[in-house]
Amino acid sequence: MKYALLIYAAPGARENPVAGDNNVIDSWLDYTVAMKDTGALLGAEQLAQVDTATTLRMSGADRLLTDGPFIETKEHLLGFYLVDVPDLDAALDWAAKMPIMRYGTVEVRPVLEGQAWRAPME
Amino acid sequence: MAGTDGVGETADVPGALERAYREEWTAVVATLARRLGDLQAAEDAVSEAFISAARTWPRDGVPPKPGAWLTVAAWRKAVDQLRIRQHISERGLSSVADLPTTDAAPADPVPADPEEVVMEDDRLGLIFACCHPALAPEVRVALTLRYVAGLTTREIAAAFLTPEPTLAQRLVRAKRKIREAGIRFATPPSSALAARIAAVQAVIYLVFNEGYAASGGDELVRVDLCAEAIWLGRVLHRLLPDDAESAGLLALMLLTHSHAAARQDSHGKPVALSDQDRSAWDADMITQGTAILDTAMELRTPGPYQLQAAIAAVHAQAPSFGDTDWPQIAALYAELSRRSPSPVVEVNRAVAVGLADSPLAGLSVLTPVLESGQLDGYGPLHAAHADLLEKAGNADAAAAAWARAIETTENGPLRDEMLRRAARHSPD
Repeated sequence: MKYALLIYAAPGARENPVAGDNNVIDSWLDYTVAMKDTGALLGAEQLAQVDTATTLRMSGADRLLTDGPFIETKEHLLGFYLVDVPDLDAALDWAAKMPIMRYGTVEVRPVLEGQAWRAPME
Repeated sequence: MAGTDGVGETADVPGALERAYREEWTAVVATLARRLGDLQAAEDAVSEAFISAARTWPRDGVPPKPGAWLTVAAWRKAVDQLRIRQHISERGLSSVADLPTTDAAPADPVPADPEEVVMEDDRLGLIFACCHPALAPEVRVALTLRYVAGLTTREIAAAFLTPEPTLAQRLVRAKRKIREAGIRFATPPSSALAARIAAVQAVIYLVFNEGYAASGGDELVRVDLCAEAIWLGRVLHRLLPDDAESAGLLALMLLTHSHAAARQDSHGKPVALSDQDRSAWDADMITQGTAILDTAMELRTPGPYQLQAAIAAVHAQAPSFGDTDWPQIAALYAELSRRSPSPVVEVNRAVAVGLADSPLAGLSVLTPVLESGQLDGYGPLHAAHADLLEKAGNADAAAAAWARAIETTENGPLRDEMLRRAARHSPD
């Protein structure tokens, strides 16, 4: 199954990481290599700062642009990994190893497969 | 019981069906869920299998292994469904009419006799899925009671004072999450096993406590959640005989529930442990609970459930309240407090210390809990406080504590008892 590991943290949270002897891999590079080596890694992206976002909606025929994210939240979406693993437990295990675990949160979200719109990508 | 001759079985088809439903439904659902990875599809297929049974058993007789028959029939129905879905996605809805349907009556009764062990694995897998930590606690409870204990949606809704449609909706969503999020119907790997077993135990104990406390509501419409929890505890202990805490949990529930007949009087008023008629305690349950606790302790992996069971066992062995080994109980609470610190445990320890040593010693254990304010809304804290103050001779403070206890207690009979004791301190 495919899962998106959506990475969230509050600005500045990185300055106050939580210690603790667990399975967290502290380097993003090492983490990505480890994931790649098991064949779980499908893709990953890191997003630019949330204040660089532009939000668009339509008002009749007019574009309405907002300078900033769609929803102002305390914790921002920083990026994601896309993984292919057997089940939720395996996806949760990868989430638990992510460096972000020292100061942020990961939402593990299953990815739907087999819809008609995907055809051009396959 | 079903006879072995075919005639008798045919004659008692309704009885056999009902028995199969009661005894086999959860096991067949478990097997199908594991194979399909989809609890809703499993449930639907099993329902169809029972419909087939109702149609074919009167004609062909009750099969020798109804559970195996139902499993095979349900599996075929599920495969039919998958074929239909595939067919629709490939050729469109209009072509479905051409699809041949198999009558669920299995041509070959049972292919390879499904080993008992395999069925038990399926059941364990279902339990782990229903109690998965990725599901909200109330959802775990509802799923476990519905699919492991086999209660109906209506029974569970009544037990938790939830409107039935709300509960049904919660179950539908939970089944969809299990399927779409990829929660597996399997025993987790050893690295995660301990935490996952603890999650299962927590669900069972929550059900038991809900039944035991019966907080608010009309008891008449409630299913016996204590009995259901004990049944679940037996299943877990049978499936994981080497897990000491699973045995400890079962022992704890049995020993606690052994007081059931004595903890309320004929008017439904609660009877304090000190005033209970110990001859009304269920001796069989105590014997069983104690024996299970003994085997658990031989495994030499102590834990909170075993400690609490040990406390209950000390109570069970005491000839009277006065002759209870309070120092032993206080020591067990101290150990419990050390292993899993909680203000609630401290309240119980204070009560035990109050009896083992002196009311003042008990009060000194209670002071930090009271000062922390963590349990301000917890009735038993204020009741214990009031009782200790009363025994220490501080009547004014006891009256105030009883007032707090009454404010924070919802259960009608418990409140009445507190009002009665508080009245002793009233100035008139």
